[in-house]
Amino acid sequence: MMGSRWTWRLLALPGVAWLSVFFLVALYAVVSVAFGNQNTLSEPVPFWNPLDWNVGYVLTVLRDIGSGGQYLTVFLRTFLFVGVALALSLAIGYPVAYYAARHTGRWRGLVLLALVLPFWINYLMRMLAWINLLGPGGWGTIVLHDVGIERLFIWLGLLSERGGWLDGQPTTVIIALVYGYVPFLILPLFASLDRIDQRQIEAARDLGASPFQAFRRVTLPLSLPGILAGSVLIALPMFGDYYTPDLVCASAKCNMIGNQIDQFTRQGSEKVTGAVLTLLLALVLLVLMAYYLRSTRSADADLRAGEA
Amino acid sequence: MSRLRNPWGRPRGLVLVTAVYVLWSIVPVAVAILFAFNDGRSRTTWQGFSTRWFTGATGSVFHDAALQSSLKHTLLLGVLCVLVATPLGVALALGLQRWRGAGSGSVNTVMLLPLVTPEIVMGVALLLLFLKIFPGIGLGTTAQVIGQVTFTLSYVVVIVRGRLVSIGRDYEEVAADLGAPPRDQLLRVLLPLLAPAIVASAAVVFAISIDDFVVTQYLSSDASTTTVSMLLYSSARGAPTPALNALATVALVITLATLALAFLVYRRFAGGSDAAVAAALEV
Repeated sequence: MMGSRWTWRLLALPGVAWLSVFFLVALYAVVSVAFGNQNTLSEPVPFWNPLDWNVGYVLTVLRDIGSGGQYLTVFLRTFLFVGVALALSLAIGYPVAYYAARHTGRWRGLVLLALVLPFWINYLMRMLAWINLLGPGGWGTIVLHDVGIERLFIWLGLLSERGGWLDGQPTTVIIALVYGYVPFLILPLFASLDRIDQRQIEAARDLGASPFQAFRRVTLPLSLPGILAGSVLIALPMFGDYYTPDLVCASAKCNMIGNQIDQFTRQGSEKVTGAVLTLLLALVLLVLMAYYLRSTRSADADLRAGEA
Repeated sequence: MSRLRNPWGRPRGLVLVTAVYVLWSIVPVAVAILFAFNDGRSRTTWQGFSTRWFTGATGSVFHDAALQSSLKHTLLLGVLCVLVATPLGVALALGLQRWRGAGSGSVNTVMLLPLVTPEIVMGVALLLLFLKIFPGIGLGTTAQVIGQVTFTLSYVVVIVRGRLVSIGRDYEEVAADLGAPPRDQLLRVLLPLLAPAIVASAAVVFAISIDDFVVTQYLSSDASTTTVSMLLYSSARGAPTPALNALATVALVITLATLALAFLVYRRFAGGSDAAVAAALEV
């Protein structure tokens, strides 16, 4: 065994200090501004001491939400967009991950490469690609028109006018969210499906289960941890997204909570209310974050135990 | 033969879904890259092949001031972020992996938190930090580097720690038995063994930094600290020419080349760890 225990603590020290200042203190700054005040120039004045905290701005936002005001609308829209996008992502991602994990054979490497590739393409470039395609006269607009999808969407009420994909359509935002985040869901799904022992499924089949029963009673339950972890992994950034609605909708009709926060903090001068909304969002997401950390922590504990 | 391996029949439906998905995920980007080579100002009508939006005398990536400055700034942030995050993360990984006892659990949690915190929360938090606690640093390049390091650090720790686990403790113990002092065990045994993981994590940090948008945007001060991602966001809808596509293509090529290089290095050296150990132990 090398060195003393202090060697290791000393090595960890700079990283710990960095995260304390630039992560933990930064998060506390959000709390202090949310429970702070603003001066006559509407600059935020944080109250660092919890004893001084001013609950005024927090109460205003909570009252707005309680009385069905604008923030409630935005929060509900965010939940709707993320919920629908997540469901669609699972519907697309699960079969793809299943195929990649179970049926690819000698094409496995190539299929995996194709699944990983979008991961490393700039998210905004992927959005730019759709903006090019769905603009007036874009190839996507033409194809969607020619194959009748445009008419179908208009008939279903999912699109308000011909060729108007990028003009204030919540449908486009949801499709763009799916496009943007589904690669990040497929990889954890693939990992969990790949880990399933093939023999368990064979045993189910030997005992008389139909392929569907074997899937529903064996594969699906065994892949549930992957489904949950992957869903959390993409739901978290989706909840904080503001650029996707900005880029493919560009209308207040598609504002998610991220847009509201972005307008108040980065662009605008209502930083206190922005901090309150950030804090609320973080609290809502805390459950998801805790779940994900717990699942990675137990995997992590296995790692550390494996080495000891 | 395939019936034996796969008693559930040929999954034609699954093949179709996967093929359509892969096409759907790649083709739009491929079209965007294609239009970077368009010989006209349109981003929707093909007017022939040219490289004018990369190298042309006016409005191209290499001659337009705004495009060029965004590319340079993106690369600058990437390099600075790698230089800070990699050593910091390697040290933290070593420390966390071997340090058990009071405090190590909570440090572990704090280390993983940036990976799951939505970027907008980090963006707002860092923005307020630099406005209210470190007004001396303020917004701009320094703040952007600090912000990017704060969330790329965790990736370095996770990658390096994975490698530490697969290396195990045997090599250090052998070195200790042969009389190597702790400093040599670290510098001459452990670090050479970790080299592939360090290279891999540096590449990942570089790629994440180049593609980052939210934190970088929140901490930017003016046009001089605009990155490629920020330019994509601000002009995607109004861009008058395919030069933006060309810019995105250049950034993509840099990202993919970095990752491919790191992958080759990792495969070449992580596989032959015994040779690396032999080399490291040779005085």
